[in-house]
Amino acid sequence: MVNWHRLANPTSFLKWSRRVLPWASVTTVILLAAGLYLSLFVAPPDYQQGETVRIMFVHVPSAWMALFTYAVMAGASATGLIWKSPLSHLTAKAAAPIGASFTLLALVTGALWGQPMWGTWWVWDARLTSVLILFFLYLGYIALWEAIDDYTRAAKSTAILALVGVVNIPIIKFSVDWWNTLHQPASVLRMDGPSIHPSLLVPLLVMGGAFTGYFIVVLLIRLEREILARQAQVLRRAQLRS
Amino acid sequence: MPLTGRNLTCTRGDTTVFTGLDFDIAPGDIVVVRGANGSGKSSLLRLAAGYLAPTEGELRRDGVPIADDPERHRTSLHYVGHLDALKPALSVAENLAFWSRVLAPKTPASSRLDHDRTLDRMGLSGLADVPTRYLSAGQRRRLALARLIVCSRPLWLLDEPTASLDDAGTETLLGLISDHRSNGGMVLAAVHGSIAVDDAVTIRLGECRMDGMS
Amino acid sequence: MTTFLQIVARDVRLAFRQGGATMLVVVFFVLAVALFPLGVGPETAVLRRIAPGVIWVAALLAAMLSLDRLFQVDFEDGSLDQLALAPLPLELVAAAKCLAHWLSTGLPLVVISPLLGVLLELNGEAHAALLLAMAAGTPALSLVGGIGAALTVSIRRGGVLLSLLVLPLYIPVLIFGTGAIDAAAMGLEGGAHLLVLAALLAAALPLAPWAIAGALRLNLE
Repeated sequence: MVNWHRLANPTSFLKWSRRVLPWASVTTVILLAAGLYLSLFVAPPDYQQGETVRIMFVHVPSAWMALFTYAVMAGASATGLIWKSPLSHLTAKAAAPIGASFTLLALVTGALWGQPMWGTWWVWDARLTSVLILFFLYLGYIALWEAIDDYTRAAKSTAILALVGVVNIPIIKFSVDWWNTLHQPASVLRMDGPSIHPSLLVPLLVMGGAFTGYFIVVLLIRLEREILARQAQVLRRAQLRS
Repeated sequence: MPLTGRNLTCTRGDTTVFTGLDFDIAPGDIVVVRGANGSGKSSLLRLAAGYLAPTEGELRRDGVPIADDPERHRTSLHYVGHLDALKPALSVAENLAFWSRVLAPKTPASSRLDHDRTLDRMGLSGLADVPTRYLSAGQRRRLALARLIVCSRPLWLLDEPTASLDDAGTETLLGLISDHRSNGGMVLAAVHGSIAVDDAVTIRLGECRMDGMS
Repeated sequence: MTTFLQIVARDVRLAFRQGGATMLVVVFFVLAVALFPLGVGPETAVLRRIAPGVIWVAALLAAMLSLDRLFQVDFEDGSLDQLALAPLPLELVAAAKCLAHWLSTGLPLVVISPLLGVLLELNGEAHAALLLAMAAGTPALSLVGGIGAALTVSIRRGGVLLSLLVLPLYIPVLIFGTGAIDAAAMGLEGGAHLLVLAALLAAALPLAPWAIAGALRLNLE
């Protein structure tokens, strides 16, 4: 016996997803091309940092996406726990490795940017430190999915972990900022919204849009894969029993 | 307070263990669950205990769905499973006293004498101060079953209660069950071997197809 | 409430009876701290500078080491099934077990910490701050750690995973715990740090038992 009612929802989602995917892909490619052009050729070099400032156009959207993805994961986890929808748990599962990759990208670009700025690959800057901790939160979440055999229990356990994480992220951020002001002078990387010149802000926002589009495309592809893998798993179990 | 199950479907992991199961237990009843390994006997008991929610169907206690008042249900049943819930480092009396206080905190402080009488009844006299780690499997099972009488609850869910009991132990258990039923208690027991109860209602699990063929 | 205290009393008694779990945690704590002078050299100035951080990191690790059995023993021997049938809500059962964990591991760490302050030549004013920060911070470690312990309760050899889940969540306690002692050592007012530690504990107190009970219920199925 297979619980088809559990899969009905994801199956209709697959149809929708396959229609949306081409459009999302095209939009992402256009945004990415525009963003890269703007940030590499249009945006002016910084008067202090020179051409290296262009790393910012990858680093900052990556950091945004690292947080955004965790928020998506937590939101999906909460929906999964409250409305018991299997699609939500799979969304959270599919999003986690994407978020971890964005986080890693933010860390690597941060290090690459830091090298010419500070003359060293790693500085315990508040922003970088928070992103590093976020990276560990992602790794823990992914590892918990892997460690629990039973699918339903894994889905609900990781959902609880994601919610615990999302409550803790602001606390961790606040702690690290506090710690940083005690131990170090203000960061070179500080770029608070309004003070950024429009010539930098526009490429940054376009890149942010491109990263979001990329996230959606990869999420849809991964989700489709997760749904199919899950259906295969359920079928295999059913065959084993009969 | 009778327990009724209607159209119960139980799913463990990704597999459906049983589906469309109905049963009724009224005061004084004993319902015996039989079936091969993996047919869902333990699942049915954990479902009845409220540990596990049915994928479909509903359990009602006294007409009220147990999901609506889980506290009332969980505090009016005993579950004795394969695990004895005993701490090896605590003595027999300490283990018994702990569960009687945790499961029935409102009953007036159970006296030492009560626990002694319980241990006598279970054939564990003289072992009160012995650390539980020195007990045999059969003695541990007797101590686990002692929870049933040290704290009075109307519904007993027993998962293979005779496992590792000797003949005398099984006899004691049957005595407990018959006392419990004559006081209006209810018993749902999963049994693998035989159990000498005459008027038991039997639920057979995992044999629907065979029934259809015969 | 009596059930709550019964559970606390049983767990503390078990911790003391079974192989001296408390003793091991304290020994680990002292040993871990004692390694630092051997690693970085015995200069007073250096030790005094790193003492708050070293003591807190060792405390985090010590508190974490004992976590993996917090709910696992009860899960494996069937006690969790029985606790779930008690009139006491599972949230309060979880809180009771966290309190017992703190009494049997956290509190001994608090008590022994002044000795470690002496070993690392912490100056006078900082000693009071160390004691207060440990007293306010270690209960939060037991509560937050309990969430990790409950999530990994069914995983055999879940200890490494548990540390990956729990250590990032311990960072705020580490930062403000160390900050309080640092501030006192520099002759500054450390009250703000202690207040934040107390606030962290106040936030963990209702939230952690709720998450723990949720995670434990999944494992009753």
